[in-house]
Amino acid sequence: MGFELNFDSSSLKSNTKKIEENVIYDVLIIGAGPAGLNSALYATRNGLNAGLIADKYGGQVLDTSSVENYLGYESIPGEDLVGAFREHVEKYEIPIKKDSRVEKVEKKENRFFLSMSDGTELKSKTLIIATGSKPRKLNVPGEEKFSGKGVAYCAICDGPLFQGRDVVIAGGGNSAVEAAIDIAKIANKVYLVQRSVLRAEQALVDKLETLNNVEIRLGTQVKEIYGEKLVKGIKVYNKVEDKEFDIKADGIFVEIGSVPNSGPFKDLVETLPNGEIVIDCSCNTSVPGLFAAGDVTTVPYKQISISSGEGAKAALSANAYINKLK
Amino acid sequence: MALLNDEIRTNLVEVFGKMKEEVTIAVFTKEDGCETCKDTLDFMKEIEEVGEKIKLEEYDMEKDSKKAEEFNVEMTPSIVLLDSEGKDNGIKFYGIPAGHEINSLITGIIEVSGSGEDVPSALKERIAKIKTPVDIKVFVTLGCPHCPGAVAKAHKLALENPNIRAQMIEAQTFSELSDKYNVSGVPKIIINEDNDLVGNQPIEKFLETIESL
Repeated sequence: MGFELNFDSSSLKSNTKKIEENVIYDVLIIGAGPAGLNSALYATRNGLNAGLIADKYGGQVLDTSSVENYLGYESIPGEDLVGAFREHVEKYEIPIKKDSRVEKVEKKENRFFLSMSDGTELKSKTLIIATGSKPRKLNVPGEEKFSGKGVAYCAICDGPLFQGRDVVIAGGGNSAVEAAIDIAKIANKVYLVQRSVLRAEQALVDKLETLNNVEIRLGTQVKEIYGEKLVKGIKVYNKVEDKEFDIKADGIFVEIGSVPNSGPFKDLVETLPNGEIVIDCSCNTSVPGLFAAGDVTTVPYKQISISSGEGAKAALSANAYINKLK
Repeated sequence: MALLNDEIRTNLVEVFGKMKEEVTIAVFTKEDGCETCKDTLDFMKEIEEVGEKIKLEEYDMEKDSKKAEEFNVEMTPSIVLLDSEGKDNGIKFYGIPAGHEINSLITGIIEVSGSGEDVPSALKERIAKIKTPVDIKVFVTLGCPHCPGAVAKAHKLALENPNIRAQMIEAQTFSELSDKYNVSGVPKIIINEDNDLVGNQPIEKFLETIESL
């Protein structure tokens, strides 16, 4: 019997309490990864009337097959960790709005007005933006054309489709090396292609180097992804040898970092050219009453533990702000 | 061997306790050349056990070919969810809904029982306006955490409008079909054969595609 059940009961039980249009919340938290979930925990425990907007309930941790650097857990599947976060948060019966994105935010007379993708309008006294980030693209010819046709951004989702095939992983950070280790279990051959050097934790690199169907190509840049209906291979350039060559592969997983999901907020709040929302060490942004936490912000190091800590900080700052209003 | 452990079993009893009306799980299997048929049937038997309002009907693809035809079942294993009147609302699963897909199965059962989530009225109107037949295929893998969301949205559309039918298709079980539709990223959504979307798209995106047909 070769299958597991990843039953996520919290997602079904939680559809009892919903965010209402006619309520002015103390705080609305946008995003439900580690930052947003910890904001929700701290906000509700501090007695704030809070609501959580969860387009992707669990955030990017869901795409991580195993987490080995979260204190207290030697090794835990990303979704189990986030499942524990969610279960904890839901003990406080916070209203949650799922599958809906914020399209526009306005601030009028100390109130925030949110226009949602499903046509609803929500109101609050403070906001916490914890929308995280999305995978960065290579921006090379063929990437867009073959997206979903061999170009992939989620190794645990699409890995199984490449059983017995040849696969390229682009990138050299933790997520790239983790993806390579994961996919090497089922693929025929894995090429890890990285522009510079490996930046992943030594523990992961050591594990990677024990695998005999993985070939590591450093100093190598992806130039083009080619194919017909589906990906057939990639063209790369090696700086040291000053040479272009081909790698034949059926798929390429792009794991080269991320870009912040700050799009709907850029008109309202100060961001850097790279899209990160500028915060100070209390998670204040350029707009009073608007706080931000986690990967969407200028906080250095995008890590689960850092994001969850930032989420707590943002909620405490929002709480202090509301106490001053009273 | 029991597939559901005690913890999941307890949770499911609670979740299925919310069901308003009865739901029938019609399972189609065949004797030869179907690797996952037995597992699928065993799994559905356990689901029936934990849901007071869940009934199971077992069909053989060949012996019950008329039933298969009635519900437009083309491959095995497959599951059709029928409402309390025995009506097919166009909600189907091809392949075992194990792994993460147990979530889309449960959502489907709850929805068909009549205790699903309300659709915001603006969206409801748009869905009601669809008059042409729409067929939505959602290709998934069992390890994909975003896939059940896409399946549930497709099923929701089917439930809201009789012109729409929607199927989950497990990509590895039906690898030939996956190849035919060039599935190398999931969830992959195929609408009326020629229109494809990749990823757990918002329901608005499904609608935009359907409205442009």
